[in-house]
Amino acid sequence: MLRYLLTRIAGLVPLLIGVTFVSFLVINLAPGSPVELMTDLNPKAGPEVQQRLEKEYGLDKPLPVQYWIWVSKLARGDFGRSFQQDRRPVLDKIKEALPVTLALNVMSLAIVLCVAIPIGVYSATHQYSLGDRATTVFVFVGFAMPSFWFALLCILFFSVHLGWLPISGLRSFDHNALSDVGRVLDIAKHLILPVCISGFTSLAAMSRYMRSSMLEVIRQDYINTARAKGLDERTVTFRHALRNALLPIITLLGLSIPGLIGGSVIMESIFAIPGMGRLFFQSILARDYPLIMGVLVMSSMLTLIGNLAADLMYAVADPRLRKR
Amino acid sequence: MALLVVRNLRTVFDTSEGPAVAVDSVNFTIDRGETLGIVGESGCGKSVTALSIMRLVQTPPGRIAGGTIEFEGRDVLELSEPDMRALRGNDIAMIFQEPMTSLNPVLTVGYQIAEAVQLHRGVGNNEAWDAAVEMLRLVEIPEPGERAGNFPHQLSGGMRQRVMIAIALSCDPKLLIADEPTTALDVTIEAQILDLLGSLRDRLGMAIMLITHDLGVVAQQAERVAVMYAGRIVEEGKVADVFGDPIHPYTKGLLGSLPRIGGPRRLATIPGIVPRLTELPSGCNFRTRCTELIDDCSGIEPELEDYGSGREAACIVARRTRTRGGA
Repeated sequence: MLRYLLTRIAGLVPLLIGVTFVSFLVINLAPGSPVELMTDLNPKAGPEVQQRLEKEYGLDKPLPVQYWIWVSKLARGDFGRSFQQDRRPVLDKIKEALPVTLALNVMSLAIVLCVAIPIGVYSATHQYSLGDRATTVFVFVGFAMPSFWFALLCILFFSVHLGWLPISGLRSFDHNALSDVGRVLDIAKHLILPVCISGFTSLAAMSRYMRSSMLEVIRQDYINTARAKGLDERTVTFRHALRNALLPIITLLGLSIPGLIGGSVIMESIFAIPGMGRLFFQSILARDYPLIMGVLVMSSMLTLIGNLAADLMYAVADPRLRKR
Repeated sequence: MALLVVRNLRTVFDTSEGPAVAVDSVNFTIDRGETLGIVGESGCGKSVTALSIMRLVQTPPGRIAGGTIEFEGRDVLELSEPDMRALRGNDIAMIFQEPMTSLNPVLTVGYQIAEAVQLHRGVGNNEAWDAAVEMLRLVEIPEPGERAGNFPHQLSGGMRQRVMIAIALSCDPKLLIADEPTTALDVTIEAQILDLLGSLRDRLGMAIMLITHDLGVVAQQAERVAVMYAGRIVEEGKVADVFGDPIHPYTKGLLGSLPRIGGPRRLATIPGIVPRLTELPSGCNFRTRCTELIDDCSGIEPELEDYGSGREAACIVARRTRTRGGA
């Protein structure tokens, strides 16, 4: 097991080097440059300003040299500084945005699991029943509705019309004046809509997957064996079927990791949440090379680690994959 | 008193092409400690008969449409679901055809045996586990204490079928339904499993309903045999009688198609194929393939008739010729 883990970790290194190479290449192939963006609309900035800026950012050197400088800094944990006016370290910006996105998406994933798994199990054990059809319609409504449109509807209804929830952002203006409990409640209130809406829209995939997985499992011979022992349906469903049906769900969880880290540009923009999606989007608009590459590298790294964790989870859950 | 009495059992599957009668007017009895073999081709209703007795027919599409199944004098079709569960695995146990897929892959074999013990005996975890290890010893699995902690994928096919037997016998059932227990195993393992079943039956005194398509297995293991064709029992009797002097043309055909050393090089076959259950012929189900066909076969549904000394067969042609011949 330990050896397996070490080989897997060693295998991540070339992958990560590849990631840095591609990130760097893609950005430098893209049209437009940060310097152009800063000077083009400024009548006072002549070519000499451009050259000065290029020199300052190190953009005057040949690409391989730029890449080498960036990677060797990266290897020492230095992601560089943002090209934007605040000139803050890239790592600081990521550190601010990542927890927000992670919290939002992990919460929404948790809600999805808590709702989708029971729905899937129910739909499978009551296949073609009224309840099965009703939940199917329900989850597909969520799937089919454009999330930005649904989000705007919800804001209109819950925030504007009813006035129950804040419209956007993560904190109220008076956030800092609140007590500790008040602050937590304040953030929770801001998170309700984004978490529920992104959960609702991704309910369909998980619950339908769970349903088909469960249907597959309850046809298996060992389910008949369990029934032939005299076990009741509850025990058969939850002790014998559910665990087997959950195994493929782990794959789905592994696949959802990039989304957990990368965040959703649409949701974060609509709710003005300072997360990874928005950070990345803005960095691209600003041609903020160090930030773009930093976000790409960080997301890839976390995704790779997440996938490794998912594989390990697999081994824990499925005895057939454990090394003897 | 007979242990199990099945009367006019009829099990139907509702398909898109109309109802398929998988089991029709099936009658048989099993006495305590007796082994009844049920033979027939694939799809003739053997397994559905077994599942009907356990009340494990998937509903829908299947349903038991009529008849009675009396176990120790009680009609199991009338039992409430909790009473039925108390019977399953406890008084009537079942082993299945496919040992590779009949055990839950994520639970240890010890757990899967202990679970049944715990359910029906109401003992604690440790006691149930000890019983599970003891059952593994009984089915002659080496190092049962360690094997109990294994997962199914760590065992061979023969071992897994032994585990299935251990699960089935863990609560000392009065009737064991073995649905093609050796079909998926190779010949040497088959012999071991059959020997094991035979010796356990003698030791524990249970009755066995042995479902198979292998006439050799029946000849070896069973006292009586029932031959099924297209959902009906066409002939029943002591194994020696039925195999020595078959009455029904289908039984004759089955026995005739066995390879014999020194026999003709080309095997005899039964012409035609088994009719679809949704398109059964009128009259006798076997008439489309029968070599002894007469005009009345399409009009009369033959019933099982007594031929003396426990022999029964459902064939109007045999009835007439045998009566005429004075048999």
